Amino acid sequence: MDYRVSPGLYAAGNPDAGSPVLVSANYKMSFDRLRDVLPKRSAWILVLDTNGINVWCAAGEGTFGTEEIVRRVSETGLERIVSHRTLVVPQLGAPGVSAHEVRAQCGFRVEYGPVRAADLPAFLDGCGPASAEMRQVRFDARDRAVLIPVELVGEGKHALLLAAAFALAGGFGPSGYSLAGVRTAGLGASAVVLGSFVGAAVLGPLLLPWLPGRAFSVKGAVLGLLFAAGLAVAGAPGPADSWLGPVPWALIVPALSSFVVMLFTGATTFTSLSGVLREMRFAVPLQIAGVVAGFGLWVAGRFVGGGIPG
Amino acid sequence: MRYIEGVTTLAFDPGRCNGCGMCAKVCPHAVFRMEERRAVLADRDACMECGACARNCEPGAIRVRAGVGCAGGVLAGLLAGTGPTCGCSGGSDARG
Repeated sequence: MDYRVSPGLYAAGNPDAGSPVLVSANYKMSFDRLRDVLPKRSAWILVLDTNGINVWCAAGEGTFGTEEIVRRVSETGLERIVSHRTLVVPQLGAPGVSAHEVRAQCGFRVEYGPVRAADLPAFLDGCGPASAEMRQVRFDARDRAVLIPVELVGEGKHALLLAAAFALAGGFGPSGYSLAGVRTAGLGASAVVLGSFVGAAVLGPLLLPWLPGRAFSVKGAVLGLLFAAGLAVAGAPGPADSWLGPVPWALIVPALSSFVVMLFTGATTFTSLSGVLREMRFAVPLQIAGVVAGFGLWVAGRFVGGGIPG
Repeated sequence: MRYIEGVTTLAFDPGRCNGCGMCAKVCPHAVFRMEERRAVLADRDACMECGACARNCEPGAIRVRAGVGCAGGVLAGLLAGTGPTCGCSGGSDARG
């Protein structure tokens, strides 16, 4: 299904030369959210070509930007359609839009509207400037929860690959390699890997404010340690799977969980590139070391005395 | 929610500020505040380096290395041999 809207000028209601011009991205959801708040109103909607990407991401990339606004104003002949010279641009377009440059290049003044479309009617009806509250971006539990599928789908393939590696490595045993080991220890290990991945992808975002530390990699590591401790207490996987029992998992699970929660930085509304670079510098080498060392210990443990075949 | 402190590349030169208020208007985290018709840095560590302020500061009083706080983007950039990327162009050095 294509989520793009054709760029250009649209009419909501029955706009005339005095109706406001609202600028949007050509991502279907951006466009629909805008239309949803405009019943019984007349306005022009200027849809920019942002390759089907939403306002904030496109602004960061520059596609929702000065150049595209100026181009679209020119291509739609907007100055012949409205008598005023004001464009209402969503505030989150600002990273890509230079208001003074737009004015210099096409004569239209940019007025930044509220962050959320839901506040737009009040903004349009009110006396101009949006309230401070309308200009803040929130990231509450619901906002975080809806992003969980993005994490699961985006990283699921990699998690399955890692799980498959453990499953296959389960075949190693004191007598070399056997498929029986894959079925028993291998599947058990891959279940722990997938469980850690899903647990981190779901609980990381939900528990984000309460997990300790500012760095997401630390929050993830703590989550993983709790899970590993739970596994150790439950005795699963046990020494029958690998001689060292829970020890390799004490390395693998926190490392994996740390990595998964660290990836959630890309879905938030408040992490900075500088902060991400800072935490990645110490976290990624530790995460890699944890998984590699843990995997190594687990396989070594298979050779020593894990998994009676058959 | 707060992220890692003391790392932002945000730089503000009050001497160049003309009091237009755009920075306070476009910032999604209230980093700037207008006080007596000049901008002040109210909350540096809330800055997510989106670049909106710098891009809308006509006198060029604000500088920031704009980028996306995305670990996946940084990794993708490392693997592709480019800067951080989400598949399209990433951050840029923004100055008004």
